Amino acid sequence: MVILDHIQKIFYRNTPNENQVLNNLSLKVEDGDFITVIGSNGAGKSTMLNVVAGVHPVDSGRILLDGIDITHLPEFKRAAFIGRVFQDPMLGTSPSMTIEENLSMAYARPNNMTLCWGLDFQRRKIFKDYLKNIPLGLENRLSTKVKLLSGGQRQALTLIMATMKKPKLLLLDEHTAALDPKTAQMVNSLTEEIVQKNNITTIMVTHNLEHAIKMGNRLIMMHKGQIVMDLSGEEKSTMTIPRLLNKFEQLQGEKFAEDRVMLA
Amino acid sequence: MLQNLLLNSLEQGMVYGIMALGVYITFKILKFSDLTVDGSFPLGAAIAAALIVGGYHPFFATLAALLAGALAGCITGILNTKAGISDLLSGILTMTSLYSINLRIMGRPNTPLLNQPTIYSVIDTFVKGIWPAFPSKHVYLIFFIIFALLIKFIVDAFLKTQMGFALRATGDNPQMIRSQGVNTDLAKIIGLVISNSLVALSGALVAQYLGFADAGMGVGTIVAGLASVIIGDTLLGGRTVFISTLGVLFGSFLYRFSISLVLSFRLAQASDLKLFTAIVVVIALTAPQIKQALKLRIKGCDSYGNS
Repeated sequence: MVILDHIQKIFYRNTPNENQVLNNLSLKVEDGDFITVIGSNGAGKSTMLNVVAGVHPVDSGRILLDGIDITHLPEFKRAAFIGRVFQDPMLGTSPSMTIEENLSMAYARPNNMTLCWGLDFQRRKIFKDYLKNIPLGLENRLSTKVKLLSGGQRQALTLIMATMKKPKLLLLDEHTAALDPKTAQMVNSLTEEIVQKNNITTIMVTHNLEHAIKMGNRLIMMHKGQIVMDLSGEEKSTMTIPRLLNKFEQLQGEKFAEDRVMLA
Repeated sequence: MLQNLLLNSLEQGMVYGIMALGVYITFKILKFSDLTVDGSFPLGAAIAAALIVGGYHPFFATLAALLAGALAGCITGILNTKAGISDLLSGILTMTSLYSINLRIMGRPNTPLLNQPTIYSVIDTFVKGIWPAFPSKHVYLIFFIIFALLIKFIVDAFLKTQMGFALRATGDNPQMIRSQGVNTDLAKIIGLVISNSLVALSGALVAQYLGFADAGMGVGTIVAGLASVIIGDTLLGGRTVFISTLGVLFGSFLYRFSISLVLSFRLAQASDLKLFTAIVVVIALTAPQIKQALKLRIKGCDSYGNS
């Protein structure tokens, strides 16, 4: 269970550009929840994920993971139980290293700073078997450098690396936004498959309202650093895109006109 | 004469190649431009010379030099990661302070090692005891080749461990390896420690090889190291770690060989060497771009001809 307790985050405090990104944000994520997060640009969706992952320190508030206060834990220590996939396909893998070397770093987590061999026959076999279940044809390209892969393949690889050692929480920050529709579909169904099979608690930020409604068991809408809508169960499954757009409209009034383009 | 030139260059290429392997770890693996080496190389020389003159065993002196280099690398790493000083500046700061420290260690700018036992005289005596026909004049060559290759294989093996992977990823994509739970600050410090240990070790070996340690002998070390790394990378490429490190040693040999050529054909005076070195590095650094530009031009012609 993850609890965000009254989180405040202000960027550029005490300057003309002061920007309150998270405003007294509280959220309780139950074990096994798959939450999709929507909201216009600047609503604080990515900042929320980054605060949970430890990229940005919070100004006030607490973050609890399974009852343990992780508010002041550095990013790399939280990585022991938090898996992440980023929007930019370049960010999640080490491009000049091979597929098997990348997988090895994820597989050995959290003991990936030891003097044990990174790869051996047994590990290669595990990776090969693992990749066989994923329709990317990567199982025979273990020694290919990751920089030679396409964006979609890299994103899938990042997803595999983030979930290889089952994390307590998986953070997906618009991880299909940079992909073409078909590849995005592939990565999304892979996401659902992995999350469901391993029952991983997940928070996924997306700009795609269709995905937001279809995927997961809970839908959150953020606005100005707060959660303005929290749907689950039947409420969520009966939600439609026009009604969501309508809600955006209510929230933002005139300003919405420019956002319709972003959300369509 | 050419044979002598080749053997000499091989000798020097290997002993300085150990330093170049250190530069490879920071420059290529961590993508960290570490100027500490201009200070840690003479640091290794100074420590080894001072201890040998002080009556210590050459092996102990060489090991002490290696540990001192590790400490120097650690300081640069802490300045960079904990104090937030840029990589270039933190290296320059350590290098500059090491100049004074080296003078303190030796107590004077130059320490001769004439008629002192060195690691080579110890080895020579030892091998002679087993095999009296051992060609003493090649003791340096044989020792340097074996030792440089040994270090190369150790570096190769290290880069294949879990920690080695973490270091490579730290240079390649720090965001990624942090999200895999690795402390990138620690990874950087470890890389700098290993790198500067090798550089100081090389300095200690060179001092015993040349027969003296000098406070000024570090000037241009980083450029020579970079030249070796880049020449190797340009000629052999970097498909695997094994090839890359082999390229570094080969680059170091070619670099020393080209200097010997220039000197022996009187194309330059000894004092022109630093200028020559810098030019070699510039050429090696621009070679890939020139290659690319030539390729594009050729391709451009082709498509024009085909259309």
